Amino acid sequence: MLEQQFGMTVDTRTCVGCAACVIACKTENRLAEGYVRNWITTQTRGRFPELVMTIRSERCNHCRSAACVRACPTGASHYAAGGTVQVTGSKCTGCKACMAACPYDARYVDEQSGTVDKCTFCNHRTSRGMATTACQEVCPTRSIVFGDLNDPDSEISHLLAQRDWYTLKPDAGTRPSHYFLK
Amino acid sequence: MEATSTRANPLVDPGLTIWNQDVAIYLFLGGIVAGVMILSGAMRLWYKQEEPSLALRLLPWGNLALISIGMFCLFLDLENRFNSWRFYLVFKAYSPMSWGAWVLLLVYPVSAHMAWAETPAHWRETVLRKVPLLRPWGEWSVRARRNFAALSIVSGSVLGIYTGILLGAMPSRPFWNSSLLGPLFLVSGVSTGAAFMLLFRLNQGERRFLGFLDFLLILAELGIIALWIIGMAAGGEASLQALKLIFGGPYTAAFWSLVIALGLVTPAIAEFIEYKHRAIPGRGAALLVLGGGFALRWIMVYAGQHSGWASEASAGLF
Repeated sequence: MLEQQFGMTVDTRTCVGCAACVIACKTENRLAEGYVRNWITTQTRGRFPELVMTIRSERCNHCRSAACVRACPTGASHYAAGGTVQVTGSKCTGCKACMAACPYDARYVDEQSGTVDKCTFCNHRTSRGMATTACQEVCPTRSIVFGDLNDPDSEISHLLAQRDWYTLKPDAGTRPSHYFLK
Repeated sequence: MEATSTRANPLVDPGLTIWNQDVAIYLFLGGIVAGVMILSGAMRLWYKQEEPSLALRLLPWGNLALISIGMFCLFLDLENRFNSWRFYLVFKAYSPMSWGAWVLLLVYPVSAHMAWAETPAHWRETVLRKVPLLRPWGEWSVRARRNFAALSIVSGSVLGIYTGILLGAMPSRPFWNSSLLGPLFLVSGVSTGAAFMLLFRLNQGERRFLGFLDFLLILAELGIIALWIIGMAAGGEASLQALKLIFGGPYTAAFWSLVIALGLVTPAIAEFIEYKHRAIPGRGAALLVLGGGFALRWIMVYAGQHSGWASEASAGLF
């Protein structure tokens, strides 16, 4: 088992889809105009007037069996400390095999560098010992929780133990580290 | 169920469009090269009916040109071309693209040796007289001609299968995710290779042999396509959604008309009639096969990117 396994939960009961997380990520990581590393998905199901809406803040799922890492021919996409999935820009050829392999379409090509980019779980923060991501920090409803899944005392472990949750596209077999609380 | 997303990343939304005509052309040319490598190697080893024609002997040179154009297309598709050398610093066993990069490195020297060894002796001698430094290699290459022919069959087969596995090994794209794509692209590659060879001035025996062989290859290709469709039809929700791309979806007309009707069935009928009446195969059927082979790869590349895992069906929301 890895020493740390970072993960994230988004509480779909309290997320209002304000997109503060999206703006915080764009600002923190100085993303080019028109590109995002996280986004809001709204799902409406049921038959009128009995409709149910689910709002989720989504991003790279930092899968523990990541299809993108397997597809990458140069090792640019790799597992990093904390079990996260990262991209080393200096090794990326922009072949886009990782983008084709990702079932969540969470990656994009950064037009400035020509390399593939995506959510890093704020690797630049966690590598310096910070415990929060930019999106978590600004969430006004405290829907986003980031932490170590391998630490039984972490808030994220408690939430996953107490609440019902799901991951996206579990049939894809990628074992995401990103959970959505029901 | 209705889903909306605020994400609008270029090349990703509303549908994935990361690979375009550059990749389709590369896969098509890679298939032809694989086919010509296999067929020219096999004909050197086992085709004893008559002296090989000049065109057949010079075709491996064409291979070098075609694979270079294909590689250039692949290079154009890279978003960060300055890092393309990174392909050759590591070998990633789980990455089909890594396999492809290294296989291409094998294809070049094998094709070059084949091309040289098959070049008529007096032309080779003219070159060696002008560049005597090449003589030891040039003479060794000709002595090892049969070994290179065998190597040509092996490396051509790996190249042909790889072009299919590159797409087939993507579990996130149900339209591609089939182990049959490797054999399909290999058989289609050999078929388009045979068709490409038939465009040149081969002698009558060679034309008859390649024409009938192409007929058999088309039958095999139709069989593999049927199995691939059955595989998707017998799959889960994601596979069924993917199948709709060619059954009522946006690629239906192109797939059934360009690939199946014009690219496979029509040339198969023409080649069978030519075989039955002992006629010498012409270039019409060959051109249709080449058009169909290109359409197959074009549709595969584009349609596959439109397939994915249905989020609502597999999100565990219910």
